[in-house]
Amino acid sequence: MAHFSSSHDLCPLVKNILLLDSEGKRVAVKYFSDDWPTNSAKLAFEKSVFTKTLKTNARTEAEIAMFENNIVIYKFVQDLHFFVTGSDDDNELILASVLQGFFDAVALILRNNVDKNEALENLDLILLCIDEIVDGGMILETDASTIAGKVASHSIDAAAPLSEQTLTQALATAREHITRSLLT
Amino acid sequence: MAQPFAKKDDDRDEEAEYSPFLGIEKGAVLQEARVFHDPQLDPRRCSQVITKLLYLLNQGETFTKVEATEVFFAVTKLFQSRDIGLRRMVYLMIKEISPSSDEVIMVTSSLMKDMTSRTDVYRANAIRVLCQITDGTLLGQIERYLKQAIVDKNPVVASAALVSGIHILQTNPEIVKRWSNEVQEAVQSRAALVQFHALALLHQIRQNDRLAVSKLVTSLTRGTVRSPLAQCLLVRYASQVIRESANNFQTGERPFYDYLESCLRHKSEMVILEAARAITELSGVTNRELTPAITVLQLFLSSSKPVLRFAAVRTLNKVAMTHPMAVTNCNIDMESLISDQNRSIATLAITTLLKTGNESSVDRLMKQITNFMSDIADEFKIVVVEAIRSLCIKFPLKYRSLMNFLSNILREEGGFEYKKAIVDSIVILIRDIQEAKEIGLLHLCEFIEDCEFTYLSTQILHFLGIEGPKTADPSKFIRYIYNRVHLENATVRACAVTTLAKFGATVDSLKPRIIVLLRRCLFDSDDEVRDRATLYLNTLGADGSVAETDNDVKEFLFDSLDIPLVNLETSLRNYEPSDQPFDINSVPKEIKAQPLAEKKAPGKKPIGLGAPPTAPSAAVDAYDKLLSSIPEFASYGKLFKSSAPVELTEAETEYAVNVVKHIFDHHVLFQYNCTNTIPEQLLENVTVVVDASEAEEFSEVASKPLKSLPYDSPGQTFVAFEKTDGVPAVGKFSNVLKFIVKEVDPTTGEAEEDGVEDEYQLEDLEVVAADYMQKVGVSNFRNAWESMDPEGERVDEYGLGSRESLAEAVNAVVNLLGMQPCEGTEAVPSNSRSHTCLLSGVFIGNVKVLVRLSFGISGQNEVAMKLAVRSEDENVSNTIHEIVASG
Repeated sequence: MAHFSSSHDLCPLVKNILLLDSEGKRVAVKYFSDDWPTNSAKLAFEKSVFTKTLKTNARTEAEIAMFENNIVIYKFVQDLHFFVTGSDDDNELILASVLQGFFDAVALILRNNVDKNEALENLDLILLCIDEIVDGGMILETDASTIAGKVASHSIDAAAPLSEQTLTQALATAREHITRSLLT
Repeated sequence: MAQPFAKKDDDRDEEAEYSPFLGIEKGAVLQEARVFHDPQLDPRRCSQVITKLLYLLNQGETFTKVEATEVFFAVTKLFQSRDIGLRRMVYLMIKEISPSSDEVIMVTSSLMKDMTSRTDVYRANAIRVLCQITDGTLLGQIERYLKQAIVDKNPVVASAALVSGIHILQTNPEIVKRWSNEVQEAVQSRAALVQFHALALLHQIRQNDRLAVSKLVTSLTRGTVRSPLAQCLLVRYASQVIRESANNFQTGERPFYDYLESCLRHKSEMVILEAARAITELSGVTNRELTPAITVLQLFLSSSKPVLRFAAVRTLNKVAMTHPMAVTNCNIDMESLISDQNRSIATLAITTLLKTGNESSVDRLMKQITNFMSDIADEFKIVVVEAIRSLCIKFPLKYRSLMNFLSNILREEGGFEYKKAIVDSIVILIRDIQEAKEIGLLHLCEFIEDCEFTYLSTQILHFLGIEGPKTADPSKFIRYIYNRVHLENATVRACAVTTLAKFGATVDSLKPRIIVLLRRCLFDSDDEVRDRATLYLNTLGADGSVAETDNDVKEFLFDSLDIPLVNLETSLRNYEPSDQPFDINSVPKEIKAQPLAEKKAPGKKPIGLGAPPTAPSAAVDAYDKLLSSIPEFASYGKLFKSSAPVELTEAETEYAVNVVKHIFDHHVLFQYNCTNTIPEQLLENVTVVVDASEAEEFSEVASKPLKSLPYDSPGQTFVAFEKTDGVPAVGKFSNVLKFIVKEVDPTTGEAEEDGVEDEYQLEDLEVVAADYMQKVGVSNFRNAWESMDPEGERVDEYGLGSRESLAEAVNAVVNLLGMQPCEGTEAVPSNSRSHTCLLSGVFIGNVKVLVRLSFGISGQNEVAMKLAVRSEDENVSNTIHEIVASG
């Protein structure tokens, strides 16, 4: 039989990235494959992954488990459970590097206050973070500081000429800057 | 929300349930989204609203079409804002909504502007968003920017364009193929990830051009690829090249092996693992090639990282299946992993040890496993039970300790699947190992005394009915069986009645006692149980009436129904109550042929994730049914063997054809499976013209053309040959596909009236001696060997000339004969100078054949072989020698 492997198969792919809380509820999830076509299929997968990994100690080193034809790499901190899923014929260490990148980038973004409340407070940043790590299953970036750097570049577009900003916008910006500097 | 009477829960609730999204509600958020229309945008507030929308989507909430459109239009307004943070959220939102093509136009110009912006973040993200939502028509317009972006000096932008290219390639390959030069430049990028993305894309662009891929790999393996991810890709590509060029490098060094081996010393662990795995998966890998890979994997076994340990033990577990001896060096590290915290690792370690262990280590291993079994989940236990089953078949002499182990775990707690695996294992041991029969059956009897699973009880009772009467003292099982009639539910009771009847029918001395027991069953509360008892009392002749002859009784009790149950059910449903009794002979015995090649689900492209490789199912039964349903071939008798499909075309050609060789006693039938991969064509009257001038012992007797072969819907055409009896006729056949081709209008799907005759050259096909041999194993080779007449043994010696290694020589002979290696003897230990390999099989004419091969290798790699054959037919033994002599 000929090999039906399209070279997509040769490329490491991420099937999903999950961030769940200590009860298995979603904080942020992103699926890149159609293995779980419906929301209930996704929830069922999350539930089984969560319950099967719950009792393991994945707080110092990332742990690994197999689910049907998938490999799940996971790590916990406080009340947050991080998961990265890939196909079982993929390289575990590549998937582990994706998880580590995600895990460390979140720690950087949340300034080491990594827990559920903080994550929900900064959900926009968490979602951007996932968006910077994987694009449609392809690994975009695994270096935590690069990821965090891309996510945190929150500011006014420097390239925009001042004249293009309306006066009110400029004022609003200035106000925002002042409030931020006062608050921090 | 705090209600006075729920005071005590208050604190905890607030602590645990606090969330910025508490009480969030879709309707309200959609209302809030109106701020997007404000003439003076508040970026912060807009970002918050988008976050809320994304939160809802993330929780599984869905928007109606109208809601999505509304949100989308509102979001497009936000392009006015210059706030980078907000813009990023806008990008995310657009991707989540995935707008329809007429909506996409609304944002195209904004995104194109961002694509050419001076802000890197804008360029990178706008490319990703636009490429994700666009449908191809727009690609022409933005192609120029994408090509520029690929070589952008900012790595984020370059990566965004390359990754988008990978996605677009699935739908619009011809556009992406034009970017080759830029992509090639990006492969040289200093940025690690850009290199990775560029390499992935470049390979995909060239994947159908073997030569180009081979060149790419050759040039890159010499240079320095910096990114570990790109290095992993390169390892995969290199092993692909090795796989595809396997035939050209039969002798001498394997290409790229040195490269793979050098990757074992890479500083990144992911590359080491990738290379080690690639080496272990090389086809026909030698022990010398394996050793360095095994060594690095062994180091990983004692790593502090669970992922690394898992990866290593999983790879070694696979190696142990084919090269058990190569893994034995790791046994000590492996044994310490039995107590690993991670149960997946522990289970893999155990099953590996079970595969590599030798007869003397079995007892010690079993002791270790017993401790381990109590604290793992059922799914792992099942894996262990299966490993033990195959161990037992490998070392039949150890059946006592293994059977003990199985019966012990059978008594412990466990779910259905687990218990079933154990019962299945015991049943297999009983069947295969004569000495284990009695003890195994008693274990099963004890198990059903206290079994909560009706299915298992009935299966075991059925099995007891067949095997029990054959033991030395069948009477000791009766007590267990009759107990079921008292204590179980109706299904099990009915089954126990049948089992009793089987004992009664087979063992004459027990018959009177069985009849007494069956009479008692006549008072059962369940009608099925009573009916069965009545029926069996009659068949056994209990009431003095004329009993049916012994043979009839046995046939009735033991033989399976030769009518498909589906057909019986249909016939019974159609039967109308009348004076005419239902005649079982009127039930058709034909089984409706299932189409072998299932049509692909329309619209599902095998892209990316979730596209499992289509494995050919071993389906001799299905073939048998298919062929016997074709009148032309029905007279050929019973199908002896069907080969695996042999490809007669290159991958990705206009017409894909493979052939299955069906071997009958006097005929050989070629089944050509054809697929038309051109949507604009309809093929009619498809035949394969076979030239058998190089196959003198064959003469063509029939062919069956395929009437029509539409696009992407596989069909079969057949050609049948008569062959000389007795000898395993071999020969070479050349094939030409002939057909009438008709143009199909792609819009209407209708074919034109007139067609043109055309033909298409296919690759040659060979019928070899191995085609006449079924791979049938025996559990205990020695017993089987000794039970064959030693008079008919044929022994001779052969020189095999200079060989790469002993393993390679063994492999070649095994493949030549097409027989089943027994007891793991196909694996040659590294560095050994001699080896004995045991083979078994069934030759055409249903003649059982056993072969004992003794190999020796000299210092100059000259291999000599002694071949001893025993079979039920001396002629067949001679034939085996002829095959080897001519091979």
